[in-house]
Amino acid sequence: MSAPHIPSKAAAAAVLPERGPDPVKITLSVNGTERTLEVEPRVSLLDALRERLDMTGAKKGCDQGTCGACTVWVDGRRVLSCLTLAIACEEHEVTTIEGLAEGDELHAMQSAFIEQDAFQCGYCTPGQIMSAVALLKEGHASDDAEIREWMSGNICRCAAYPHIRAAVRTVRDQT
Amino acid sequence: MRPISYSRATAVADAVATVVADPTSDFLAGGTTEVDLLRQNVLLPRRLVDINDLPLTQIEDRPDGGLYIGALARMSEVADAAGVQERFPMVAQALVLGASAQLRHMASMGGNMMQRVRCGYFRDATSPCNKRDPGSGCSALEGFNRGHAVLGVSEHCIATHPSDVAVPLMALDARVHTEGPHGRQVYPIDDFFLLPGETPHLEHPLEHGELVVGIEVPGLPMARTSMYMKVRDRESYEFALASVAAAVTVEDGAISDVRLALGGVATKPWRARRAEEMLHGAPADTESFRRAAREELAAARTTPLNAFKAELAQRTMVRVLETLTHPERQS
Ligand SMILES: Cc1cc2nc3c(=O)[nH]c(=O)nc-3n(C[C@H](O)[C@H](O)[C@H](O)COP(=O)(O)OP(=O)(O)OC[C@H]3O[C@@H](n4cnc5c(N)ncnc54)[C@H](O)[C@@H]3O)c2cc1C
Ligand code: SF4
Ligand code: FES
Ligand code: FES
Repeated sequence: MSAPHIPSKAAAAAVLPERGPDPVKITLSVNGTERTLEVEPRVSLLDALRERLDMTGAKKGCDQGTCGACTVWVDGRRVLSCLTLAIACEEHEVTTIEGLAEGDELHAMQSAFIEQDAFQCGYCTPGQIMSAVALLKEGHASDDAEIREWMSGNICRCAAYPHIRAAVRTVRDQT
Repeated sequence: MRPISYSRATAVADAVATVVADPTSDFLAGGTTEVDLLRQNVLLPRRLVDINDLPLTQIEDRPDGGLYIGALARMSEVADAAGVQERFPMVAQALVLGASAQLRHMASMGGNMMQRVRCGYFRDATSPCNKRDPGSGCSALEGFNRGHAVLGVSEHCIATHPSDVAVPLMALDARVHTEGPHGRQVYPIDDFFLLPGETPHLEHPLEHGELVVGIEVPGLPMARTSMYMKVRDRESYEFALASVAAAVTVEDGAISDVRLALGGVATKPWRARRAEEMLHGAPADTESFRRAAREELAAARTTPLNAFKAELAQRTMVRVLETLTHPERQS
């Protein structure tokens, strides 16, 4: 009876409560504003933004992580909202293209995309811009080869790539 | 996408206990495999246990010059870590050459080890596939198999292991640490990935609910000049057709130590042991590199569509070995 009883980890562990599969109330912080909504846990951040919060800036291209049209930031990092569950974003800060401008003043990258004619149909553009701003923060835009590599997660069906790179260079050289 | 329920864990033991208690539950890390395959009806969990709040994000330098990488460190964080870039450049390179910037911010190192194959028949949720539906057959054997493996294949499955970073980790003899219903386990990385054999649905020796908690990389001074080369159909954002991770030491013109692993051509991250054996003590010249590469690929089992991979893998090995040994030969 001398050895102290050390409870095993498994004994101390709890089976966690589950939420869903029916709709549950979640609170998201989007562009600095708290939004409460009822969604099933399976709902992606992309669908929550577009279909529940009427924020249609982030686009659905492939819905399987291959095109980048749905790029948003979570806690300041660029991610794909189609492969992110909305419910997993509770307690994190979501930023979308709608949150980039300051009032009526466009973000420098938005202005540069217009000046440099960096889109044709515009479908990929919100994702490109969210990715491009993050790219400059990450510090991987030293030359065109690097911009091309670190923007490769954003496909442009209209192949506006040279103009997109020009827009990135413009903002890079302003700062 | 089928309905699911959701739990968020803040302690490793709770995450493990919850998944162990429910055979229809899966861990959720970055979701870049899990959510994708759930949406395609390839994975059919009823419940996801979100592990992103677990305290497993460390990237630590070890006293022996090695590393300990927490399972929830993101690919982008590991690629950026100074200790990784300086002491294990092939690991940093393999990470940066994988997926896209967005995916690398999401994807965790543990999830990367556990990612599923990219075989189109596995992913379509319909075709016969021994991996998804054991005993149903393998559609790739007679199907479109240009991207499939040539090493480690069986008549039951020829799917290529898709991970890039697992390839240098294989060359480095990394160890995978897990926490499961029976406590802590440490697996040599070669044992962590199973060959398909007759049971392609079993990819790891893990029990249901066993959580990868970290990856340990032993110190290896010669890894400071290591490199990872990835050959693919497009320049970026694509899986490997063939890739090579290598570190090599040359003394007096002869190879005194070498680590070599292959990606994109095998059913698991592939340690090129035959080639390593031939290279030990051999002169560091193109002839030795070619002979060793040929020896490694001698066991290749190809199809008409993927036969090119056997040659491509050899050329990539030779190219990497020449690049690494070039400075020595110049002096
Ligand atoms: C478009 C695209 C391109 C890609 N290109 C590449 C590439 O070029 N190179 C490359 O290497 N990879 C590539 N990937 C794969 C990507 O790296 C993996 O999907 C990712 O690493 C998985 O990590 P995750 O954190 O997102 O895992 P999740 O998707 O959350 O989980 C993956 C699986 O592992 C399980 N799991 C997760 N964490 C743990 C844990 N700690 N312990 C036990 N089980 C766990 C989950 O239950 C799930 O079954 C690509 C993916 C996509 C979508
Ligand atoms: S190669 Fe493997 S994953 Fe692909 S269909 Fe055959 S059994 Fe399934
Ligand atoms: S819609 Fe998300 S990557 Fe295509
Ligand atoms: S502008 Fe049309 S897809 Fe990029």
